[in-house]
Amino acid sequence: GQRSSGSPKNSTFAIVSFEWDHVKDPYIITLWILVASLAKIVFHLSHKVTRVVPESALLIVLGLFLGGIVWAADHIASFALTPTVFFFYLLPPIVLDAGYFMPNRLFFGNLGSILLYAVIGTIWNAATTGLSLYGVYQTGIMGPLKSGLLDFLLFGSLIAAVDPVAVLAVFEEVHVNEVLFIIVFGESLLNDAVTVVLYNVFESFVAIGADNVTGIECVKGIVSFFVVSLGGTLVGIFFAFLLSLVSRFTKHVRIIEPGFVFIISYLSYLTAEMLSLSAILAITFCGICCQKYVKANISEQSSTTVRYTMKMLASGAETIIFMFLGISAVNPDIWTWNTAFILLTLVFISVYRVIGVVLQTWILNHYRMVQLEIIDQVVMSYGGLRGAVAFALVVLLDVEKVKDRNLFVSTTIIVVFFTVIFQGLTIKPLVQWLKVKKTEHRDPKLNEKLHGRAFDHILSAIEDISGQIGHNYLRDKWSNFDRKFLSKILMRRSAQKSRDQILNVFHELNLKDAISYVAEGERRGSLAFIRSPSTDNMVNVDFSSPHTSAVESSVSYLLREKAGPVCLDMQALEQRRKSIRDTEDTVAHHTLQQYLYKPRQEHKHLYSRHEIMHNEAEKQDKEIFQRTMRKRLESFKSTKLGINHSKKLNKIHKRDRGQKRRNSSGIPNGKLPSENPVQEFVLKEKDLEFSESEENNDYESLHLGKGVDFLANVTKQNFTDSPNGIDNPVFSADDDQSIYMKFSPWLSNEDTVVPSQRARVQIPYSPSNFRRLAPFRLSNKSVDSFLLADGPEDRPRSFLPESTHM
Amino acid sequence: LSAFSPHSPVTSEQIEHLHRRFKQLSRDQLTIRKENFDSIPDLEFNPIRGKIVHAFFDKRNLRQESDGLADEINFEDFLTIMSYFRPIEMNMDEEQLDRFRKEKLKFLFHMYDSDHDGKITLQEYRNVVEELLSGNPHLEKESARSIADGAMMEAASICVGQMGPDQVYEGITFDDFLKMWQGIDIETKMHVRFLTMETIAHCY
Repeated sequence: GQRSSGSPKNSTFAIVSFEWDHVKDPYIITLWILVASLAKIVFHLSHKVTRVVPESALLIVLGLFLGGIVWAADHIASFALTPTVFFFYLLPPIVLDAGYFMPNRLFFGNLGSILLYAVIGTIWNAATTGLSLYGVYQTGIMGPLKSGLLDFLLFGSLIAAVDPVAVLAVFEEVHVNEVLFIIVFGESLLNDAVTVVLYNVFESFVAIGADNVTGIECVKGIVSFFVVSLGGTLVGIFFAFLLSLVSRFTKHVRIIEPGFVFIISYLSYLTAEMLSLSAILAITFCGICCQKYVKANISEQSSTTVRYTMKMLASGAETIIFMFLGISAVNPDIWTWNTAFILLTLVFISVYRVIGVVLQTWILNHYRMVQLEIIDQVVMSYGGLRGAVAFALVVLLDVEKVKDRNLFVSTTIIVVFFTVIFQGLTIKPLVQWLKVKKTEHRDPKLNEKLHGRAFDHILSAIEDISGQIGHNYLRDKWSNFDRKFLSKILMRRSAQKSRDQILNVFHELNLKDAISYVAEGERRGSLAFIRSPSTDNMVNVDFSSPHTSAVESSVSYLLREKAGPVCLDMQALEQRRKSIRDTEDTVAHHTLQQYLYKPRQEHKHLYSRHEIMHNEAEKQDKEIFQRTMRKRLESFKSTKLGINHSKKLNKIHKRDRGQKRRNSSGIPNGKLPSENPVQEFVLKEKDLEFSESEENNDYESLHLGKGVDFLANVTKQNFTDSPNGIDNPVFSADDDQSIYMKFSPWLSNEDTVVPSQRARVQIPYSPSNFRRLAPFRLSNKSVDSFLLADGPEDRPRSFLPESTHM
Repeated sequence: LSAFSPHSPVTSEQIEHLHRRFKQLSRDQLTIRKENFDSIPDLEFNPIRGKIVHAFFDKRNLRQESDGLADEINFEDFLTIMSYFRPIEMNMDEEQLDRFRKEKLKFLFHMYDSDHDGKITLQEYRNVVEELLSGNPHLEKESARSIADGAMMEAASICVGQMGPDQVYEGITFDDFLKMWQGIDIETKMHVRFLTMETIAHCY
């Protein structure tokens, strides 16, 4: 529009002018977002506060405060949480985030329970609350109101639904066991269909007028429930299919890959909304169904981008929602007080929730394998929080049609505040007091894993023998279908293939390398392990003690021994073993995870709004893979260029000896366009290794098999043959740090974290520190799929592979 | 059927169901032999199939005083084994729960301890791990062995703690085994839901 549309005509040219009106709207929005985010920072400064008070409660209070300020200053109720903004901009990111990161296995495994609570539970809550309020109204305690039965039922339906935003916000901080979490959370997501239907039905009934409601209308209402819910789900699935398909072809437009995820998901939401179906269900199922394929198809970076962006949007939206809930409350126009009504509403929703949960759980426990105990039921009842969805729905009501709208709004606000603040505050101590089985965060020991697996197999076998089937039948059918059809259509060919072949090779190499790595490390690098200044390796060994050097039965030596009973020199090994054991444990755990024929029941996910759970296994995969690749390249190189630099070597040899061996394999080979022949140096290092210990021969002579072919193909692209022979920093009299001046460029086309000089010096030859190196790619081809280590082996009874990590 | 109650406290419907299943497996004979288990197709894919079937015939599990393997088991024995997997009941007290837990763990222990000497030695442990990992053809025995060794050492460290340089860890005894499982509530995990009465006829 015109720049000076609002200002009076000036006779002179204004060099600078204050164009507030011009920017008012976006400016204010941005300011509010900024305030909300700043508030978050402030809250998290005090650990004590955040541990006790849930963030959502703090935000509401802040909102109240801010609203109060604005009100006091201007006497206008400023910004309210309008339903449009809420339903179109704030809610979709949160629900998409929930769907995309939904632990599918857990979700579908408990789907029966979830559906029961979501559908029956919500209907029960709505009906009982509405009817009871009506009943009490009839007795006259509430005084004169303008509502009839339908109005009460309408109110009941919107106040009955458990809110996903609030539940997430609170349960995030409470950490209950995952089954409990998924049930409450799943319920909060899926009850949207019921809420939408009930709300629309009753709203239109109220509009039509109580007299015109016939049986047909009721039947239509029931039918609409099925249509809305199933329709919403189908819309979501359709768009998920579309999204997966699109992501299959985005290889050449990497940069905008993440965009597709958001755009198509949002479209699903809007489409469902357009068709008056359940939009929340649509976007939820879009996220749930597309997870696996999208993650397999898109590149590593895109995947990270998607994850972070989603979390950011969701978290931001949640913050804004709660803050605005607080602000919107400061609006005297809407405040209508009716003590009886408000109090009774609070009482009824709590009581009926408890009753509902107890009844349903009793029914469910007849059919569930893992029973839901009293404690779980308490948490479920208490955790049924109402939130912004109810608020938005009530604000949508038309005061003409629903005469008591303002009363409803006030009540809803109070209910929401009560549940979020009071119940949110007290749920944690309650949970602790009741000692709910919290998700255990301790690392499972090797034995546990082993036995755990054995035991799952035993259960499977017993199931087979006793002729029982559980969920497994359906799951197997689904995974067969998925394997035969869906994956072929929706996943990139590279993703499909690599799942099977390369994965195996990789893991095989992995394992061998890790074992020999440990051996190397011990032999040569025990100093490196131990003397490293990094805090990751908290190993302190007293070198004067005779044990350390005298111990021949090193751990990996033991590994190769075919001894009967294991002779263990526990004390001496204890210290050094910490880091070594970690590797082995990692290897062992890794192997167990990868190779064990996975039995049919496996639940292990945790959904978190505020954190992206990095799967340790994935990181380990990457590290070990990187190391593998580097070593392979080196060995490949060395065989290519021949070991005829031995003369020069001796100088280096003497110099390097006794010095900390830094990542000799940390200097990657590869394309060095006009750079120093780091490769040459690496070669020397490699040869040095040769001369120092024969242990490496083991390693060199490892039968690479398929691995080499594959690697050879890859490395061909990344190789420059001729060393440049210019400034070889190796020969400079200075410290070895100069070597690291040029970190290999072949890494740097991606976003690599290049360690600083000092860091490099300190990075010892140990696995834990490789984490600092960002993942890199060997070629431009997408190899991410197998970095994600997703697929199970090809077995007829394989189940649905986890869509996230193993 | 009610005569079974002290030893196999599963409900009567379950017993009916299992009886039907038993008849299926035994082809209407009175006893089952090891070969009968071959007729269950899904069981083939289970890596520790051997041990599980073995467990059915293990006399220690059948609560017989003697040792070794039985050649055939009858329905009562079948039920006895199945009863190791019954879910815990709500009304159990601490003592019962403890006994229950011990029974289940003993079952597991017998599975690992193949030579019936009351100790799981390293070799036996290795066998178990190898079997568990046998599903994947790419994995070498060496790796399986190293895992078993690692696990054994871990067990040793839990059970025995610091050992002198000359001490040798013979094997995992049942008490050690109990210690290892201390933190984990096996009672809730080790049960099979006997409730769905559907049976897919696996045996032809």
